[in-house]
Amino acid sequence: MIEFHLNASSGVSPYQQLVQQVRRALVLGLLTAGDQLPTVKDVVAQLAINPNTVLKAYRELEHSGLVAARAGVGTFVTSTLSDASRSAHGPLRQELESWFGKARRAGLDDESIEALFQDTFRSLDTQGVA
Amino acid sequence: MTAVLDASGLGKRYGHRWALRDCTLQVPPGRVVGLVGPNGAGKTTLLHLAVGLLQPSAGQIGVLGGKPAESPAHIGRVGFVAQETPLYSTLSVADHLRLGGWLNPRWDQHLAERRIDQLGLDRTQRAGKLSGGQRAQLALTLAIAKRPELLVLDEPVASLDPLARHEFLQHLMEAAADDGVSVVLSSHLVADLERVCDYLIVLAGSRVQVAGDVEELLASHHRLTGARRDPDRLPSDQEVIEASHTDRQSTLLVRSNGPILDPAWTVEQVGLEDLVLAYMRRAGEADRARKTHLGSVG
Repeated sequence: MIEFHLNASSGVSPYQQLVQQVRRALVLGLLTAGDQLPTVKDVVAQLAINPNTVLKAYRELEHSGLVAARAGVGTFVTSTLSDASRSAHGPLRQELESWFGKARRAGLDDESIEALFQDTFRSLDTQGVA
Repeated sequence: MTAVLDASGLGKRYGHRWALRDCTLQVPPGRVVGLVGPNGAGKTTLLHLAVGLLQPSAGQIGVLGGKPAESPAHIGRVGFVAQETPLYSTLSVADHLRLGGWLNPRWDQHLAERRIDQLGLDRTQRAGKLSGGQRAQLALTLAIAKRPELLVLDEPVASLDPLARHEFLQHLMEAAADDGVSVVLSSHLVADLERVCDYLIVLAGSRVQVAGDVEELLASHHRLTGARRDPDRLPSDQEVIEASHTDRQSTLLVRSNGPILDPAWTVEQVGLEDLVLAYMRRAGEADRARKTHLGSVG
């Protein structure tokens, strides 16, 4: 079982934060197929948030085929993100490290690197590539 | 589906002063509705009209498909927690539950007792001796154990410390999740409501400034910054809520259902608090302009 938390100042909507936390737990292997997610009532009571926010997050996870709701029982993880994608982490991290090296040698500080990363990410996203 | 609140042209006048006017709203069921506005905006008036404590001076209001408090059965379908959570200070916690049982046909004693245990309240304690947070929780328990379809709460967390506030909202949301009760709660602080409500009504200067689904509101409002220009020359589907200019730059908060395509603007998302503040400031300016105008005429 995982426990959700919300960051009020992140600018990311609460429902997206819940979705991201489940996805992250799947990627990191904290959640695997068969695991149960906290019930809507539990999440609501813990975080003092709107039940529809939790329902929306769970529906989106269900829609992406990561979890399935069993009526009257709860919501369960059906697939795991980690196996397929985790093997790719190593090589990707290496490429990223060498890119960081290049960026530093070019004189970029942490802030500029982050801004460049976010900006590229966003522009790829709007082009529908990412 | 029947609207939880359905108001058209609703108004309430005290002598010459309109506490609420031209209020037209349709709130769908199953929502947690935040009613936000500065003090004196008409929030309590609107809530009192909804629960039948006040009669409208103009227009109509429907609640759960009927007139507010039209029958004992209708009163039973609406739970109301008034401001400052009034209780009988000399009666004990247990007395309050007994009273709730006598007064409410659909009273759920089991639910009430479970909540009292959960809260760790001493049943023999007099209500007058409870802390502010405990009083608010007891009032909420009484309202929930009525098994209402609509729960109306007037400034329920205003007088609570941050911990009691969080605990109160936890219990309120748990109740909302439990049996899908619709909730309308007011606050002068949007930050109190940001996580709990999925529908927002902004009331200022006795009028509804904006109302709608929170996500739709967030998706349709944008902050635009760019080189200075005349806000009147924007596309017709973009309504300017607030504009400020320096000699070089213009910053606008606009409402637009379509995307902002003009590449000259830098487009940013607007948080709920900024959105509410922009509407309140606009209402304040319109109010001042009206008064100045009246002053120059009279």
